[in-house]
Amino acid sequence: MQRLKLVHSDSSPNDVLLEVSDFSLRFKGAQKDLISHVSFSVKAGQTVCIVGESGCGKSVTSLAMMGLLPEGAAEIHGGGITFDGRHYDLKDQKALREFRGSRMTMIFQEPMTSLNPSFRIGDQIAEAVQCHGAHTAEEARARALAMLVRVGIPAPEKRMREYPHQLSGGMRQRVMIAMALVNDPALLIADEPTTALDVTIQAQILDLIRDLQAETNMGTIMITHDLGVVAEIADTVAVMYAGTVVEAGPAEQIFNDPQHPYTIGLMSSIPKLTGPRGRLATVPGMVPTAENMPDGCRFATRCPFAQDICKTDPKPQSFGNGHVAACHFAPLDTHFEACA
Amino acid sequence: MAQPATPLTIDAQSAEDPVLSHKPENRVWKKFRHHRSAMLGGILVAFFILLAVFAPLLPIPDPLATDWGAVRKAPSMAHWLGTDDLGRDVLSRLIWGAQASLLAGVVSVAIAVSLGVPLGILAGYFGGWTDAVISRCTEALLAAPFLILAIALAAFLGPSLTNAMIAIGISATPVFVRLTRGQVLSVAAEDYVDSARAIGLPTHRILSRYIFPNVLPPVLVQATLTVATAIIAEASLSFLGLGQQPPAPSWGSMLNTAKNFLTQAPWMALWPGIAIFLVVLGFNLLGDGLRDALDPREQ
Repeated sequence: MQRLKLVHSDSSPNDVLLEVSDFSLRFKGAQKDLISHVSFSVKAGQTVCIVGESGCGKSVTSLAMMGLLPEGAAEIHGGGITFDGRHYDLKDQKALREFRGSRMTMIFQEPMTSLNPSFRIGDQIAEAVQCHGAHTAEEARARALAMLVRVGIPAPEKRMREYPHQLSGGMRQRVMIAMALVNDPALLIADEPTTALDVTIQAQILDLIRDLQAETNMGTIMITHDLGVVAEIADTVAVMYAGTVVEAGPAEQIFNDPQHPYTIGLMSSIPKLTGPRGRLATVPGMVPTAENMPDGCRFATRCPFAQDICKTDPKPQSFGNGHVAACHFAPLDTHFEACA
Repeated sequence: MAQPATPLTIDAQSAEDPVLSHKPENRVWKKFRHHRSAMLGGILVAFFILLAVFAPLLPIPDPLATDWGAVRKAPSMAHWLGTDDLGRDVLSRLIWGAQASLLAGVVSVAIAVSLGVPLGILAGYFGGWTDAVISRCTEALLAAPFLILAIALAAFLGPSLTNAMIAIGISATPVFVRLTRGQVLSVAAEDYVDSARAIGLPTHRILSRYIFPNVLPPVLVQATLTVATAIIAEASLSFLGLGQQPPAPSWGSMLNTAKNFLTQAPWMALWPGIAIFLVVLGFNLLGDGLRDALDPREQ
């Protein structure tokens, strides 16, 4: 059987694949930005986790990165996205389609509904191969089959001929991953790929993504609200809240020394197996809607430390190794010790 | 089991699992087979189709042969369903007339589907101006009653069976545009369409491979039901002299002649009436059965 060669010869570990710089986005006619001044970058072989609760702009950001935002609904209001050193224009769908699915690809949250129910698995994967280059049908099918083997699907030749409804959720997510990676992408965006799966399957899928990443040196952006997943796979983390990145940096530093009150809130809401038992800590309130977005720090409405100064935009504070937090009071410990 | 290797057991399980190894076509066919009225409809439709197809082979008199010695004869052994005002065998004309009726039903629906479905897909997928133009035109056509529109178009095109089929086809198009557009709106919001875009498929592939097959089931049901409507429409047009031209047999024109002899030769009107009734009933039952069988909610 043909073995897939997925390593990109042209990418060294320090190449920046995708750079989102000072990116702002708003819905047409809206007064405030939906996504405001978001910056982060992904290098080859690196895993970046974008963390945040529902409605914080994670998915919109990922759709923007893929150039999949509905045309006419949203407009870029500042900054931009560069991929492979090319700045891209969301209106130029033709140019976007060239790298979408070949150099950059995405897997979605719901494996149950993300496959076309009317076509066999093999045909769907082969189609992804054929639409990015002149391959014969046999070549495309051979690559599809090889990819199914790589994602660990048992009896792949039989599965090729089956329809999505004949597979379980975990199998379907493997098929989705096969479809996404069959063209050797340099960057994978995974939008909560394990949320809809049960825990043992979750671990298998994460392992699979990690193995494939190690083999191919692709960059990965993992969008999730599950801090357990983040701890397991992230190299760097960007914590998003209400369309802004409130804290970003190396995963270890974020977990050991969170500096933004929202990150601290998220960390303390993880249930622990050890230590005193009691009510789980929560961050009170809800993410403000786009129309009710406060001026200045967007977290101020829910922040236990909020003061008048929070009505102005906080400057990102740096803590070394690329760890930054956008809070007026960061670093929190020294700041509040000084007050006390 | 000798070898407790995990991946193998997973596979063996799903292969034996009756739920997982069930193909959708099998499920649909199974549901359809247990649907009594649908089977009755299917049998009726199949019966008329067989009659129409094998009309040239059946041992029946020429439907055009007149016999002045047997004008308006009641049903007898010689003429099972009687004869008409020109002494032509009613059974023979009925069987040959089935050809015109079924052909008109199927061809006009084929016209309506091949116009309506692409327009509906364009309107639903692209939205905006495309949708506005297509939808307003559709609504304008829907504002005129189906039969009136068909009559007007047939009169405009000139009386013939072909023109009647075109007229009926165009009149039935708006329904398919509307139905398809609505289905496309819901299918286009499905995750698999997003994922098709994420793997970089061009729009025409998304439309033909992801949207079209998944809007098809309700269109199929509507098409079956519309065949019944189209058969009535063809009969109406022929009755008015706008469809099948005499002396070629058609159920509508047979009824038209028969209305002059209702008291003297009621069988002339009775048999084509019953034929229309049965074939329309058949298509309606078939369509209802298909709808139930293709509906994933009715398990």
